[in-house]
Amino acid sequence: MMWAFRGLRNGVLTTRWPARPDGYAASTRGPATVLAPASQPSPPPSQNGQASLAGLCPAGAISQDGQGAVALDQGRCIQCGRCVAARPDLFGWQEGPGSAALSRTGLVVPPVAETPERLAGVRADLRARTRALRRSVHLRHVDAGSDGTEEWEMLALLNPVYDIHRLGMFFTASPRHADVLLVTGAGARGMIEPLRTTYDGMPHPKVVIAVGTDAVGGGLPGSSYAAAGGIGGIVPVDVWLPGSPPSPFSILYAVLLGLGRLPAQAEGGGTR
Amino acid sequence: MAAGTDTILGSVPALWDEVTRRVAAGCRFADLFGTAHAGGLLLTAHLVGPAGLETWQALLPPGAASYPALTPRLGAAFWYEREIRDMFGVVPEGHPRPQPLILATAGDPPRPGSGSPPGAAERAPEVLPSHVAGPGLFTIPHGPVRSGVVESIEYLVETPGEDIPHLNMRVFYKHRGLEKRFEGMTSSDGVLLAERTEGIATVAHALAYCHALERMAGAEVPWAASLVRVIHAELERLACHLDVIVRLADGAGLAVATARFGWHKEQVLRLVSQLCGSRFGRGVVIPGGVQGLPRVAPAELLTILTGLDRKLGADLRVLMGTASFLDRLRRTGPLPPPRAHEHGALGPIGRGSGGTDDGRAARPYDAYGSLSVRVASRPAGDALARLEVRVEEIAQSFHLLRQATDELAGELAGGADGELGGAAGGPVRVPCDPAEGRAVGWAEAPQGEVLYDVSISGGRIARCRARSASFHNLVLMHEVFAGDILTDFPFIEASFGLSLAGVAR
Repeated sequence: MMWAFRGLRNGVLTTRWPARPDGYAASTRGPATVLAPASQPSPPPSQNGQASLAGLCPAGAISQDGQGAVALDQGRCIQCGRCVAARPDLFGWQEGPGSAALSRTGLVVPPVAETPERLAGVRADLRARTRALRRSVHLRHVDAGSDGTEEWEMLALLNPVYDIHRLGMFFTASPRHADVLLVTGAGARGMIEPLRTTYDGMPHPKVVIAVGTDAVGGGLPGSSYAAAGGIGGIVPVDVWLPGSPPSPFSILYAVLLGLGRLPAQAEGGGTR
Repeated sequence: MAAGTDTILGSVPALWDEVTRRVAAGCRFADLFGTAHAGGLLLTAHLVGPAGLETWQALLPPGAASYPALTPRLGAAFWYEREIRDMFGVVPEGHPRPQPLILATAGDPPRPGSGSPPGAAERAPEVLPSHVAGPGLFTIPHGPVRSGVVESIEYLVETPGEDIPHLNMRVFYKHRGLEKRFEGMTSSDGVLLAERTEGIATVAHALAYCHALERMAGAEVPWAASLVRVIHAELERLACHLDVIVRLADGAGLAVATARFGWHKEQVLRLVSQLCGSRFGRGVVIPGGVQGLPRVAPAELLTILTGLDRKLGADLRVLMGTASFLDRLRRTGPLPPPRAHEHGALGPIGRGSGGTDDGRAARPYDAYGSLSVRVASRPAGDALARLEVRVEEIAQSFHLLRQATDELAGELAGGADGELGGAAGGPVRVPCDPAEGRAVGWAEAPQGEVLYDVSISGGRIARCRARSASFHNLVLMHEVFAGDILTDFPFIEASFGLSLAGVAR
């Protein structure tokens, strides 16, 4: 009886996002991004004692072409903030939960030339597949070598603040009941076979989401005798979500993106 | 402090003689690992005694395919020798179960310290032998993909139906090859990998790693930085202990309690992200200090902490008075104090079985030496005792947080300017970039003591041994099922509160 009353103590704690804006969601730190795309005046690497821009990133996310144009692959960004601290004129944080993309190349900033038609095609295909799921979706998680934080952020979706049951989403124990597969970790070789088996055990239609930078691009564990450098080569990925770890809001965003259920105002441009 | 005093003994048996002699004299066995070395395989053992940490080493000549095992003489080495076998391919002769633990491969062993990368490994599944026999006994394989959002491990529960006479664990599924990955990194990059070795204990791992480097370089961390470190370490403890409580309440079907403590945990993670931008305190701790001051003024932080303490404290009092919940934990998963002592059980598991070792009090680091740390301990050894230790540690953490925040407020008012993220060499960090050397660092994570043994050569990491409390403690899961049945399993697992990322690495 004690507990029943305690449950009423603090009123409704649940966010209304994505239907309504949420202050914490908007302030969530995403991956680093390039502030001044295209024609920024970046000095050639060796001058004025400055290290090369690519050398700023311990995860190899930053590259610079012969003309000095900088590109940042958010799928490799581990959110260490070195680039933002060293060159605040060039790099900044992407804020808000909208860091997921429907294609791996969609995570590169500034955007590489990708035809809008192709992206629209991916989107339409995904929407056709997930239409049958309607508003009841079952999620299955597989840990393929995470550092443990991605699991915490996923579990947070069940706490009263996020409460994904309000959106008709449930975590399920059996792959046979699952519609969405959330995979974390860099693809530890020991988990390749269990991951494939889980994927195969799911009924069609199914959506696969790579959750976290390790799952998207390998992150710091990278590709080695023990890790596959991401899960893209193991199962077909539909939604790529970087972050080390991604916040609960960004995980929710990725799931909604995969299901084509993002309201227009939460989608943030819809360029990816 | 005896840190860094190490002796290379003439032979491996001589090393075991010394280790067992020191353990008999009251030292705690803390770590045993191998390093590929020009003169063969260097075996290093860490022991923790009243005077601090001591290190003993011996060289196994090149080409030696085996050595006499330590495990028959010292049971705590059981998993450590299996790990050495996985990583170097040498066989501990006389080991009761020389089977794969963290890496099950057919190819070349990775040999950490050798500097050369091994090829991609293929998993060679091995069938584990049954350990109990009898009519109607069968094995329930549980994992590596288990129900719920959990990390990958396979439990093989041998049972006649209800009781659990024996349990096997296969942890190699999520081995990420991290100790090998450290090799060749700069010391400042290494801390990023240390943070991700066991993500839920990000701050503790970063601290243990940085303490090793700071000891090597003789760097003195500024006082303000050591206070910021304490603040983040204690917030991490709150989050981890709350996670355990959420899992226990969930296991018992207390829906409201699960929701309430899940909300409190979210509040703690949000506070951490308010302080530093990351919900897990990533990027805060760097060699030589911290990245910057908290982005919340001390006075405001104190207000937030007081509100959190009040709401959380009220719920904890109700939880610890909910009889139906406590009944599920009482006498569940008992670890007898003599056994915990013999193994050197760490963290809340050790302290729930009568242990009193807490690195913050016994081997203080950063600001802990000047703050008052009271060690929580319970003698009962069951899941309830482990919970009681955590509940007391939560209260203690708030106490430490208030002390550290007060101190920080005074420090900021009295000179050190409050510039956020002060410039290099500013008030919150000193240069720390050792070019050569080897040192050990430690920190008390929410799960227990974390040990880092770091060797730097030519400004790059030559070997980084990361021993988490989870690795040392998980093996005890084998022995705590006395009289417990299948439905006790979630409570026992939750009451251990370990992270498998830190076990398999």
